[in-house]
Amino acid sequence: MPELTFREALRQALREEMLRDERVFLMGEDIGAYGGSYAVTRGLLEEFGEKRVKDTPIAEAAIVGLATGAAMGGLKPVAELMTINFSLLAADQIINHLAKIYYMFGGQFTAPAVIRTAAGWGQLGATHSQFLEVIYSHVPGLKVVMPSTPYDAKGLLKAAIRDPDPVLFIEHTLLYGIRGEVPDEEYLVPIGLADVKRPGRDVTIVAYARMVHVAMNAARELEAEGVDCEIVDLRTLRPLDIETVVESVKKTNHVVIVEEDWKSFGVGAEVAARIAEQAFDYLDAPVVRVGMLEVPMPYNRNLERHVVPDEADVLAAVRSVVGSRV
Amino acid sequence: MLKDQILTETYTPPGRHREAGLTDEQVVDMYRKMVLARAIDERVWTLGRLGKVHFVLTSAGHEAAQVGAAFALRPGYDWILPYYRDMALVLTLGLSPYEIMANFLGRRDDPCSRGRQMPVHWSARRLNIVSGSSPVGTQVPHAAGIALACKLRREDRVTFVSFGEGATSTGDWHEGLNFAGIHQLPVIFFCENNGYAISVPFRKQVACDSVADRAAAYRMVGVVVDGMDPIATYAAVKAAAERARGGGGPTLIEARCYRFTPHSSADDDRTYRPREEVEAWRRRDPIVLFKNYLMASGLLNEDLDREIQAWARAEVDEATDRAEACPYPDISELYTHVYGS
Ligand SMILES: Cc1ncc(C[n+]2csc(CCOP(=O)(O)OP(=O)(O)O)c2C)c(N)n1
Ligand SMILES: [Mg+2]
Repeated sequence: MPELTFREALRQALREEMLRDERVFLMGEDIGAYGGSYAVTRGLLEEFGEKRVKDTPIAEAAIVGLATGAAMGGLKPVAELMTINFSLLAADQIINHLAKIYYMFGGQFTAPAVIRTAAGWGQLGATHSQFLEVIYSHVPGLKVVMPSTPYDAKGLLKAAIRDPDPVLFIEHTLLYGIRGEVPDEEYLVPIGLADVKRPGRDVTIVAYARMVHVAMNAARELEAEGVDCEIVDLRTLRPLDIETVVESVKKTNHVVIVEEDWKSFGVGAEVAARIAEQAFDYLDAPVVRVGMLEVPMPYNRNLERHVVPDEADVLAAVRSVVGSRV
Repeated sequence: MLKDQILTETYTPPGRHREAGLTDEQVVDMYRKMVLARAIDERVWTLGRLGKVHFVLTSAGHEAAQVGAAFALRPGYDWILPYYRDMALVLTLGLSPYEIMANFLGRRDDPCSRGRQMPVHWSARRLNIVSGSSPVGTQVPHAAGIALACKLRREDRVTFVSFGEGATSTGDWHEGLNFAGIHQLPVIFFCENNGYAISVPFRKQVACDSVADRAAAYRMVGVVVDGMDPIATYAAVKAAAERARGGGGPTLIEARCYRFTPHSSADDDRTYRPREEVEAWRRRDPIVLFKNYLMASGLLNEDLDREIQAWARAEVDEATDRAEACPYPDISELYTHVYGS
């Protein structure tokens, strides 16, 4: 199977869907000649022309509003917000409008727009290094996707473009360069399905996006200690596939949830609550969460490294959980 | 590039600065600041290539606009809301080369945030310089708000806020100008129009022919100046400040300039700027043009210029050495300033 980078897999997904459906078009800041801030759309202007690859002014609210309008008007917009930090300028358009068009109009109008955006960190400071997926995952009417591998990224983006509902598609900036197998033949990855990235007996690690890789690294070390980790990659945050998580917990009876974002009111909190509701009797130890320290992301490298969760944090969490194995 | 970009080769006639109200000493000092800013600029790019500065974004090409504007403002008295490209502005207003280097290097003595915020989000309480966050244009409503406070408190402080032409597409920008226009607030909106917002050219960014045209919609004066000319920029900002202080309300100034470097160290500008265009603008390097002007005015000769260049290099060397020796912020300070209580 060919190996592609995460970025190339996304570009393939866009290209294939643009070839398949002429209603699909791209819009965003610096996506044309420049090829996108993270080079995802590189070459697409040359191939599809300005009609279908549109550079926009710096106007995030308008980008999402235009995408919403264009979607209602019969097109299939894939809008790019340079980073999720700037999505806050469009939060009204996303939450008050895009997410609710179908419901507010009693199903008469749909707005099947895809909003692609990047989230991550790497010495970019407090207002450039946020995740914020939790804010959007809170909202009924939106679908929120955050893949971890090139395979999933491609399959989920294609599914998002074909989805009848609006989808927020979040790409981790530190994953764009990773490589992974992507088949030549056409495939989709359904939205709303988690994936067991590593089967194991002793403890379930729930993660998504970059934290799946951190969990995998930790699992390799733990294997040497005789601890067999099962890693569940959520892939989609809304709708959340809790069944796959619960199935895993029933088998391992121990859970660690790893997120890269602040823990307060977060994905880990949500998953832990649902486990408590649906699988409490299967737990042999309290659920433990790993997440980012509760400060705005500092620029300085030493501080930043200290704030972001890493393998050592996952190892400590898993050890604390399985230490109480009965 | 705009069709009507101002493309004068020199600032004629010699001695013109006196008409603008600038003394001979002041213009030589302006030149010093421009040379110093460029020297810092070049050093920061070098430190970036060496991996010592993680994120580089500088002023090169904008020095005349920024230094000219700064000379028309009262440091520590007027309010300043700069944007990330304004290193030469904040240097002229009073941040030291050491403070600027400590900012770029993310050290404990970074005057803006002690290494927390990204570099180039300039701020200093003692100079009334207020930091913006990373989303562009968001400082514009803050500026209108500060100007409102000054007006209601009957202070004659002027608020100066700067941004690129790309930022003039944002909602915050329009909302801020509209409010300032309604209440005729003492604020100067200063646009450094370099023709590009990262890769997006002016004609795909702004629907009208010039940013200054937008002033008409907000009941304020709009002016275009040659941002490669510090005297013209000084005169425009000075007039706007006097208008503001005299109760004449806000002004929108569009200073036309060009950035000589990529947008930042994360950018490769060859994908979107033809090299001939960059070269054409480089021939109008404001530092070279201003040097020629000062020589023609009898205020500078090659000896003095060499002295100034050597002084700037020495300043930058000293600032860099000191900043590199300054420790990183300590992990024990991680939670300091998350809350005030
Ligand atoms: C709201 C928002 N959207 C996108 C960005 C990403 N971004 C950073 S700088 C920039 C270009 C700004 O160009 P301009 O205002 O012309 O200033 P210049 O850098 O040219 O001086 C963009 C799009 C941002 N910082 N904020
Ligand atoms: Mg610009």
